[in-house]
Amino acid sequence: MTQRSKRFAKRAERGINKESYIHELPELGLCVMNSPSDPKPSIKLKDGVIVEMDGRSFDEFDGIDRFIAKYAIDIEQSETSMAQDSQSIARLFVDINVPQKNVRRVLSGCTPAKIVDVMQHLNVVEMMMALQKMRQRLKPANQCHVTNWKENPALLAADAAEAGLRGFAEAETTVRVARYAPFSALALMVGAQVGRPGTLTQISVEEALNLKLAMKGLSSYAETLSVYGTIPSFVDGDDTPWSKGVLASAYASRGVKSRFTTGSGSEALMGHGQGCSMLYLEVRCLLMVKGAGSQGVQNGSISCIALPESLPGGVLGVLAENLIAASLGLEVASGNDALASHSDIRKTAKLMLQFLPGTDFITSGYSLIPKKDNLFGGGNFDGEDLDDWLVLQRDMRVDAGLLPVREDETVAHRRKAALAMQAVFKDLGFPEITDEEVEAAAIAYTSDDMPDRDVVADLAAADDFLNSDLTAINVVKALSEAGFDDVADSVLEMQRQRVLGDYLQTSAIFDEEFNVLSAVNTPNNYQGPGTGFRVEGELWDKIQNLPQVIDPRSLVADEKADAKLTLTPKGEPQAGDENEVVIAVGPAFATSSDETLAKLSHTDVLKAIIAGIESEGANWKVVKAFTSADLAAIGLSGAKVSGSGIGIGLQSKGTALIHKSNLAPLNNLELLSQAPNLTLESYQALGRNAACYAKRKPPHPVPVKIDNTARLRLIVQTTLLHSREVNKIDEDRGLVEMAVSFQ
Amino acid sequence: MTHKKPTKNLTYPFGKHHRSEIPSRSGKTLDNIEVDNVLAGTVSPDDLAIQRATLEAQAQVATEAGYTEVAENLLRAAEMTNIPDDEILDMYEALRPGRSTYYQLLSLSQWISSQFDAELTGNYIREAADAYRDTGLLKMDDG
Repeated sequence: MTQRSKRFAKRAERGINKESYIHELPELGLCVMNSPSDPKPSIKLKDGVIVEMDGRSFDEFDGIDRFIAKYAIDIEQSETSMAQDSQSIARLFVDINVPQKNVRRVLSGCTPAKIVDVMQHLNVVEMMMALQKMRQRLKPANQCHVTNWKENPALLAADAAEAGLRGFAEAETTVRVARYAPFSALALMVGAQVGRPGTLTQISVEEALNLKLAMKGLSSYAETLSVYGTIPSFVDGDDTPWSKGVLASAYASRGVKSRFTTGSGSEALMGHGQGCSMLYLEVRCLLMVKGAGSQGVQNGSISCIALPESLPGGVLGVLAENLIAASLGLEVASGNDALASHSDIRKTAKLMLQFLPGTDFITSGYSLIPKKDNLFGGGNFDGEDLDDWLVLQRDMRVDAGLLPVREDETVAHRRKAALAMQAVFKDLGFPEITDEEVEAAAIAYTSDDMPDRDVVADLAAADDFLNSDLTAINVVKALSEAGFDDVADSVLEMQRQRVLGDYLQTSAIFDEEFNVLSAVNTPNNYQGPGTGFRVEGELWDKIQNLPQVIDPRSLVADEKADAKLTLTPKGEPQAGDENEVVIAVGPAFATSSDETLAKLSHTDVLKAIIAGIESEGANWKVVKAFTSADLAAIGLSGAKVSGSGIGIGLQSKGTALIHKSNLAPLNNLELLSQAPNLTLESYQALGRNAACYAKRKPPHPVPVKIDNTARLRLIVQTTLLHSREVNKIDEDRGLVEMAVSFQ
Repeated sequence: MTHKKPTKNLTYPFGKHHRSEIPSRSGKTLDNIEVDNVLAGTVSPDDLAIQRATLEAQAQVATEAGYTEVAENLLRAAEMTNIPDDEILDMYEALRPGRSTYYQLLSLSQWISSQFDAELTGNYIREAADAYRDTGLLKMDDG
């Protein structure tokens, strides 16, 4: 082997290289699109029934083919759609003149293989454009995950409150110990209503328990209905398309919203890929979801995301999944939930494919909590990343479902949620939530900050709760009696909404006044510029108004003179001897500004330069250049009135140079361009070198700190300080010699 | 009990346009289900359950909005409002792979259909029975 490059070795340690990358292996289903075993599109009808689909006759259909052919394909549309050239269908997706409904109609007649064939014609940007049009609800939203390792109900309620406050339309929890489920569902529901009335909540547990908790009124939606693209995977999951279909109807019959879960890679992971591409199997899943009559799906590989990401085109394939789901008329919660990469760059790049076009829920579960408290296996984006998300929304003028919050209001909502849970636990006779727990929950970082609970007593009480007749109605009563009338009313309203069933329609969420926003009453009407969802008005104000934003006017207005330094005008500069160095300062120096970007006072900087000049036995005088704020011009004007022809230019923000009278303005002897990195030693060395040039002695190196982030951190301050310098330009005053007095 | 039926041709969302007209399964309308009623102990789970006619009306909304399959699901759901929680869980269990013979599914289909006035749900189970028989998803031991 050749000698190891230190740069290659360093890169090999990076997160991006901790991941596995493989070539395709279609036999094992390790192929995103285009497996040689994927069927070719075909359809044959006889007496209004599909008798052949994608090369398989009715007799060869497996259970999934049967289900799709029976429930998911529009027979009246199918012959037209199947006869249409795939590329021409693909073009409909990105043609702004073709409304979403028309694309959906064409797709409703397509078989799984045909849909895959259409997708092959779209590149990543086209898919994003298409997703912007095909999303079902007008306004994008987001779903979050809320869990904690100790399964502390006060902390769970506090986190749910924060989730609601931050604008998540849906919040999902799960359990480490299944028996905690009734308490966790309860805490999530109560907390979320404290944060924002109308926040939908769910708990991800085993199907039968899930349904039971929903029937008790403790959760308002479900997305545990997983389907798979091959029958052996289905059977491993102990379900069939029909059993899942019955569950979908069962939830709706109790007024509970539900959506399915699919995602590429699951079949290959379970060893049942049958040699097909991930996308082909995913389309089968999505057609099952549609055929079952579910209003929506969470997909985008979900927990298997690292598998498609190991393959070429994996992230593109996952975007295609989201796009197909939306184009079948389904609500889409578009993945981005499970940890997808060690690399922040890679995670964020992938996120943008959904974040920018907007989906019904940008993530299937943004981890509101720190990673160690995430019981879904660690989130792709965590509590630590919330401000990053908010800044990205502000950068790109995009609504990805979150709103900025203030710390004080967040803590107040968290405390209220924990207090509400304390009251409910007390009223229903559950083990006490102590005041100490409430206070800890209000400000906790993780569940490590929470006191331990008596788990045995909790679980026994949770069992009793599950088996009792207690429902959300008892919770409403407990909340009201403890004085949490607003929370009681919101929890009751969540129950009353079940009677109406409005939120069973596609892509439904509630705003904080319980107005339903679904694809029926607020459909996505995107048809090019000027249409569809736009971030404007009050929403844009909210998105840009992050708590850490400062008012730049406060910085500009904050003019002050250096109290320890007085510069008194003496008139036009008089030429000195050839041992002289002229220090030319900017118009604002010491009179309208008092320190440099490195926070050095103008007094100290000037003293350091003078000390440097004097150390080489040269003379100095100070002039103020009212003619320009430009460093080269300031320095050159000083050099031109210097007896030696050597001048130092010094801007108020601290940038400095040595100039010579016979040089062109942008040529100079030495430049200290990074003001934030300069120290008093740097300025003293600069003065010394200027004296050396004047005396024709060799100069010395100037010490400078290296900080590559200085410009990034201080560019706003630089701009504002410099604007002050520019404001003080007064051409009529020209160059004025100054008497210097230090106090 | 005689249930009040929602009027035909409701405008979506019902909560905005027909809030006081939509009866729950018990027949109460939402203006009679306030926190004060809860405190008085006069609210039962049936007061907060959706009734069949409302789901049928939501199915109509879905159809008109172009969501045909959602509408069909909501119509099955409408029928299932008549089916008790335990029966629903049993029906789900019977439809899981390898749980039922062909004849068990057929008799379940007939029973659900007749017992709960649930023809669509009954048909759905019968279609499952046929598909399970043809594609190997039935219980294997007897037949």
